[in-house]
Amino acid sequence: MSVQPPNWDTLRADFPILAQQVHGHPLVYLDNAATSQKPRAVLEAMDQFYRRDNSNVHRGIHELSRRSTEAFEAARERTASFLNAREPAEIVFTRGTTEAINLVAYAWGARHVHAGDTILLTEMEHHSNIVPWQLLAARSGAKLAYAPITGDDGLLDLRGLDNLFDSTVKIFAFTHVSNTLGTVNPVADLCARARRRGIVTLVDAAQSAGHRPVDVAEIGCDFLAFSGHKLCGPTGSGVLYGRRERLDDMPPFQGGGDMISNVDYFQSSWKEIPHKFEAGTPDIAAAAGLRAALDYIGAVGCDNIARHDEELAALALEKLSRLPGIRLFGPRQGHAGVVSFLLRDIHAHDVVTVADQFGVALRGGHHCNQPLMKRLGVESTARASFYFYNTAAEVDRLAEVLLEIQKFFAA
Amino acid sequence: MADDLNELYQQVILDHCRKPRNFRVPAGAYRTAEGRNPLCGDSFTLYLQLEGDVLHDISFQGSGCCISKASASMMTDLLKGKTAAQAQQYFSQFQTLVTTGAMDEEAMGKLCAFAGVHHFPMRVKCAILPWHAMLAGLKGENSVTTEQKP
Ligand SMILES: Cc1ncc(COP(=O)(O)O)c(C=O)c1O
Repeated sequence: MSVQPPNWDTLRADFPILAQQVHGHPLVYLDNAATSQKPRAVLEAMDQFYRRDNSNVHRGIHELSRRSTEAFEAARERTASFLNAREPAEIVFTRGTTEAINLVAYAWGARHVHAGDTILLTEMEHHSNIVPWQLLAARSGAKLAYAPITGDDGLLDLRGLDNLFDSTVKIFAFTHVSNTLGTVNPVADLCARARRRGIVTLVDAAQSAGHRPVDVAEIGCDFLAFSGHKLCGPTGSGVLYGRRERLDDMPPFQGGGDMISNVDYFQSSWKEIPHKFEAGTPDIAAAAGLRAALDYIGAVGCDNIARHDEELAALALEKLSRLPGIRLFGPRQGHAGVVSFLLRDIHAHDVVTVADQFGVALRGGHHCNQPLMKRLGVESTARASFYFYNTAAEVDRLAEVLLEIQKFFAA
Repeated sequence: MADDLNELYQQVILDHCRKPRNFRVPAGAYRTAEGRNPLCGDSFTLYLQLEGDVLHDISFQGSGCCISKASASMMTDLLKGKTAAQAQQYFSQFQTLVTTGAMDEEAMGKLCAFAGVHHFPMRVKCAILPWHAMLAGLKGENSVTTEQKP
């Protein structure tokens, strides 16, 4: 736990990519919900790995293979402590959140979800926490159900929730933080309610890990997924946390090298968890980078980052609400560092194109949330998303540029 | 405002975006074709009335960014009264215009305003979406997405 608030300016200087001009203006990178930038420590860890230690894992008995294996397993241990898992074996490395959710939908689903069962999601899920379940529903004959949200303020409607937990519901999968609305869901409460009904839970922590404390013991979930690239780590590093009892009670996901204990021409047997779920050569360098990212984030402190994110979001909501004709989405209070908006009569893509010419990187579109867009009655939104290296001055700049954009299209 | 931006959002484009022409659902029997860009949520329906080989009337409805809306507006203005073969030819010229910036002013007239789009590769899809929908309508297909046809 960090007592002193970090020196945000010093931290920002750790990110070489941020010190550049785009279209003649200083880069203001506000697309962190899509992916975060990487500090030197992560770049160097990956560079070191390839320059000094690179080899395959769990295979050779030579020195480099020992180092690679150690680096890979050390990343697993670091991830377990980051999430407060009971043991490293509960950490499965994947390519990202998407692959982690697909793994659960495929392998856990194959054994536990049957015709007539229900898969419960929420109306604010990312496509990666919808489509794998649709595929499972199509394979198994199960049906999908959605816990509703309240409206533009984007809160999960908790009143009717317990009624949705009927005896057919096998799994409740939901996001911790919405990548469009900035809503922070009460994950521990949701897991507790589901557990009382014997329902298995999966938390999509893609937008929360590295942005606020994520402790699987405190949350009480069965599964949790996140992507390394959204918390200062490299692309290709992803994590599935699964409670040992659940992981043990699942068939493999993919078959191949590394995941087997014995292969015969007609049948094979699997290794123990987590290796059972890690077929083939994994992204070892990404794991090394993820470990460095978790060390870095750990030193900054997830509680500090959460406060910083929320301060920037609150400032953005305040500044942006002064723009005439703006529509803001998501909760008014306790908003995570993701702010979606629409300017009256100006399409999100036009906003993003013009903002880019001022060096401000935003995202416009459906943010992989098409059903949510439909629910909100919009085609798309523009979105600014923050991380700890963003500053209040950048939020001011965003508001200034949006005002320019309004002038440009009104002229 | 940067030069590229003024080149992209030329006055004539801004004007058609604010006040789109032929922006209506016609009464009577028309061919319809939908054009969707799933990435940004642009979605237009085109209404084509053919008399023999001639586009007697063409109009559109829907929502999208400034570039796609202005493109639909100016395309419908241009193609009214033209033959299907001419429409196909204009399509090719428009495609060249927005991807390379090379313009044939005599042929394309006001549509040359879209030459600036080629500086913004991510926006080419927006400009060309209504044109794909128009072609699909002529062929009697009723929907097209820019994911299938960049
Ligand atoms: C809430 C949420 N879930 C899942 C994902 C998917 O993450 P990835 O593309 O890294 O697998 C994202 C990111 O795009 C997200 O924001």
